[in-house]
Amino acid sequence: MAVTQVFGARVRRREDPRLIRGTATYTDDLTLHGLCHAVFVRSPHAHARIRRIDTSRAKSAPGVVAVLTGADLEGKVNSIPCGWQVPNCDLKTPPHPPLARDKVRYVGDAVAVVVAESRAQAHDAAAAVEVDYEVLPAVVDMEAALRSATLVHDDVPQNRVLLWSVKGGDFEAAAREPGVRVVRQRLVNQRLIPNAMEPRAAVAHYNPGSGELTLWVTSQNPHIARVILSGVLGLPEHKLRVIAPEVGGGFGSKIPVYPEEAVVSHLAVRLGRPVKWVESRRENYLGTIHGRDHVTDAEMAVRPDGTVTGLRVRTLANFGAYLSTAAPAIPTILYGLVLSGPYRIPNIDCEVTGVFTNTTPTDAYRGAGRPEATYVLERMMDLAARELGLDPAEIRRRNLIPKDQFPYTVATGITYDSGDYARALDRALELFDYRRARADQEAARRQGRYLGIGLSTYVEICGAGPSKVVGSTGFSGGLWESAVVRFSPTGKVTVFTGTSPHGQGEETTFAQIVAQELGVPLDDVEVLHGDTDSILMGWGTYGSRTTPVGGTAVYLAAQKVKEKAARIAAHQLEVSADDLVFENGRFHVRGAPDRGMTIQEVSLQAYLAWNLPEGMEPGLEGQANWDPSNFVFPFGTHVCLVEVDPETGQVRILRYVAVDDCGRVINPLIVDGQVHGGIVQGVAQALWEFAQYDQAGNLLTGTMSDYAVPKAAWFPKFECDRTETPTPVNPLGVKGVGETGTIAATPCVVNAVMDALSPFGVRHVDMPLLPERVWRAIRQSKGGSAA
Amino acid sequence: MIPATFEYVRAKSVREAVSLLQQHGGRAKLLAGGHSLLPLMKLRLSQPEVLIDLGPVEELRGVREEGSSVVIGAMTTHDELASSPLVRERVPLLAECAAQIGDVQVRNRGTLGGSLAHADPAADYPAAVLVLDAQMECEGPAGARTVPVSQWFVDMLTTALRPDEVLCRVRVPAQTRGQGWSYTKLPHPASGYSLLGVACLLSVDGGTVREARVAITGVGPKALRLPKVEQALAGKPADEASFAEAAKLASDGLDATDDLYASAEYKRHLAAVYTKRGLLRALERVRQ
Ligand SMILES: Cc1cc2nc3c(=O)[nH]c(=O)nc-3n(C[C@H](O)[C@H](O)[C@H](O)COP(=O)(O)OP(=O)(O)OC[C@H]3O[C@@H](n4cnc5c(N)ncnc54)[C@H](O)[C@@H]3O)c2cc1C
Repeated sequence: MAVTQVFGARVRRREDPRLIRGTATYTDDLTLHGLCHAVFVRSPHAHARIRRIDTSRAKSAPGVVAVLTGADLEGKVNSIPCGWQVPNCDLKTPPHPPLARDKVRYVGDAVAVVVAESRAQAHDAAAAVEVDYEVLPAVVDMEAALRSATLVHDDVPQNRVLLWSVKGGDFEAAAREPGVRVVRQRLVNQRLIPNAMEPRAAVAHYNPGSGELTLWVTSQNPHIARVILSGVLGLPEHKLRVIAPEVGGGFGSKIPVYPEEAVVSHLAVRLGRPVKWVESRRENYLGTIHGRDHVTDAEMAVRPDGTVTGLRVRTLANFGAYLSTAAPAIPTILYGLVLSGPYRIPNIDCEVTGVFTNTTPTDAYRGAGRPEATYVLERMMDLAARELGLDPAEIRRRNLIPKDQFPYTVATGITYDSGDYARALDRALELFDYRRARADQEAARRQGRYLGIGLSTYVEICGAGPSKVVGSTGFSGGLWESAVVRFSPTGKVTVFTGTSPHGQGEETTFAQIVAQELGVPLDDVEVLHGDTDSILMGWGTYGSRTTPVGGTAVYLAAQKVKEKAARIAAHQLEVSADDLVFENGRFHVRGAPDRGMTIQEVSLQAYLAWNLPEGMEPGLEGQANWDPSNFVFPFGTHVCLVEVDPETGQVRILRYVAVDDCGRVINPLIVDGQVHGGIVQGVAQALWEFAQYDQAGNLLTGTMSDYAVPKAAWFPKFECDRTETPTPVNPLGVKGVGETGTIAATPCVVNAVMDALSPFGVRHVDMPLLPERVWRAIRQSKGGSAA
Repeated sequence: MIPATFEYVRAKSVREAVSLLQQHGGRAKLLAGGHSLLPLMKLRLSQPEVLIDLGPVEELRGVREEGSSVVIGAMTTHDELASSPLVRERVPLLAECAAQIGDVQVRNRGTLGGSLAHADPAADYPAAVLVLDAQMECEGPAGARTVPVSQWFVDMLTTALRPDEVLCRVRVPAQTRGQGWSYTKLPHPASGYSLLGVACLLSVDGGTVREARVAITGVGPKALRLPKVEQALAGKPADEASFAEAAKLASDGLDATDDLYASAEYKRHLAAVYTKRGLLRALERVRQ
């Protein structure tokens, strides 16, 4: 069979048929003999002391197996730990009890769990648990929380989680330089709800014979879940198996280890019966982490020619009521360190104050810190351009790091490996026909139509990462990846990866890597993931790391297989391995193409072991662990065209052009898909999505009919293109692409809308740019009478 | 997100549904498309003990012409309305309104009768049936009665329907030839319901407005006709200037409620904008 080039081909996602036809097996699809169902009783108050919990009525309700409160878990289920102890910031880590003990700290905080024969019975019984609350004042607003006498955690003064800073150069000096202007703006990056299509779920099964607990859970990182839960449950790690079956999206919300997962695990041991818990959408909105929620005062120092010489930010970051697993890293190292973006900014000064409030805990949400940084930077670039009367494309071009300066170390201390930022900018402007679009905009304005053009240039820092480096930032783990590539006797290939894809498509792209390397048909390669028993270790899928780190491990494991296969082939063909040529899945003797054997024939020989080189172990399998030497740095430019209806404030996106550089592309179809989804999520933050609490801490956007998840019909066709700058960090030259769209799109659209509003003198409107906000901004502006 | 326990009964006729309603008193609820009722039950905001499914009741289905009216069975879905050739021909305003409800799934399940009986303040049909002067045909233990739409909407989620009655049909006078129409809405970005929806019917004689009917939904507790706007338009030139002038009256005394996505003040502003635009759209069709 002639093997075509599969690396780089637009192969359709092999995951999709089962996902679309409903034949995928999610956690909720599992059923076990004797399965019972858990439902959590949750606090209706944002802040209250628990006086008493009466479970007697619930215990006698039909079908009830058990009702437990925090007191019942004492000494059995430990506090849920935080997994990222960012150093040098006075990080406070108050306990996070699996079920609230003395106090509840947000609406949705779990206080009891009911287990019953059916889910409906558990729901009915949960409603019969009586909790006597003494309602306390709640702190919701961050600035108020820092001044309030009300403390979310008694031992965290001022509700201050952390005070973190990074400094490079001297901002003050840059700002004092004669002629330099300092542009200032307060920017709100609103709270968002991740909205994975599949809510969280867990099924736990305890085998009293082997003493092994198996937990199926909606996780982006089952190995991390195992390490953490082993500690929380006091169960030795080798007696705990964690499986992430089909996981229906996460966007970061399935990184953390949550109380429910620990409690359900414990229940399976305690009751001696398998237990299932499936979150409702309402619970998902309350009890699964939220994202973003920053308030930033930003100052940018810029010379009259547009050279940006300094950036100072003071950011408040809302942590919610407890420290979620990765939370401390998100508004600090994943935000502050990337504030230079694709620009040379010699002086950067960033200070972040983390705040506890009586709201749902926050953690990583698609982009995690980097969208927040990019939003600040890209809005400030536009504001600076406007103050100086420069074109937004021009001010960016003047500040981009030139391609001949890589590796380049930015003021925050990170070293970018490679890039050609100006090329992506040029390509995007060319595709957009920028000059023409500006002329059209002028013409439209004369007709009373308000078109706006927005740009954002970005660099994403992803592919974490060198374990040594992330360890130094307080992460309680490594971030390398492992992979196994295994031939079966009949020549089929199974790939095991420690990453845990949940919608991104690596079952397809990893198969492409292996098919390419081993010259086997794509359909002969199976990619397995998500089971702590099937592979040495894995740190999971998030932060656009799966392909650059996990994919590289797969590639290296395939190399090992190929090397061993070559030795077997050489032995059986009675030549030296150097005399062999490997082509299209077949080894042959150089100069004698008919003297050869296919890799499948080699595989059979490896398993038969009748005739192997002296001392060689039977079998054909390669294992590799890959720890990258650096992060990877995808980059690009997005440009969009919007129209604002000045009478109603409604915004319509007319065009959207995205030029991204994610290095070498394994599968353009999947890259496009990732970019499209990312853009949609990023635009949704700019225009529609927001999580809103009232002053008492009730989530007002508590259902999908209140919280605006974007719909496909609201978007134009995206025009995507790429530049290709392979990274030197890994042998595949690949970088991540899972978050680029989200990072770039939000400021791109806000910039476009502000551009459309510039004739009115409107400088800034905070997100989401709901019609009413835009309308008000126009009305309050000096030119507002026009509307 | 799991409803409380309930009993489920399938009614085969209107008479059976009425007697079941009588039998169970306030503990029973009729089930049509379920797209308003089931979400409430899942949040346990509504906990009927008995659900009487109107699905099998044949006499509640279908659209037919009777004289100068179109008679629509209560169980007709939004999608059936939007795609019915008869409705599109004779009451295109209603078809245009139905086509803008929710999304495909909602339009495939939700019914005209369910929507009008539920009287959600953000529902779309109310504005349309108000300008169309529809008649609601109900049946209860005491027999049939007809309620003019002007008396139907009482308050938020409250209609003139009695607890033991079934809404059977909606009788809609056909639009007259040459009459312009429009339904324009600003959908809630999350739910798809109307933050504001305006229905217009416009009759023009030689460039002068003979009659304009305008109704608004989504803004306050219930849908309303806008008599001041209608009066201001009568006899005026059918052009943008007089539409804009009359539309200013749309917010006059309009009872608007605040919403997370739109304040009362903004809704009042939009009422005028959408009224003007709705009239212009209707005018385009007069000329067609
Ligand atoms: C996601 C979503 C989006 C939506 N978007 C919109 C929108 O944009 N615009 C809009 O107008 N609506 C919208 N709806 C509501 C939808 O149109 C509903 O279908 C409609 O409001 C109710 O109709 P139903 O047939 O589903 O009624 P059901 O939910 O079955 O019943 C509603 C109520 O009416 C009663 N009832 C039903 N039929 C009768 C009858 N024949 N006689 C007496 N009482 C009866 C029931 O007892 C119940 O109290 C949306 C709904 C959802 C879930």
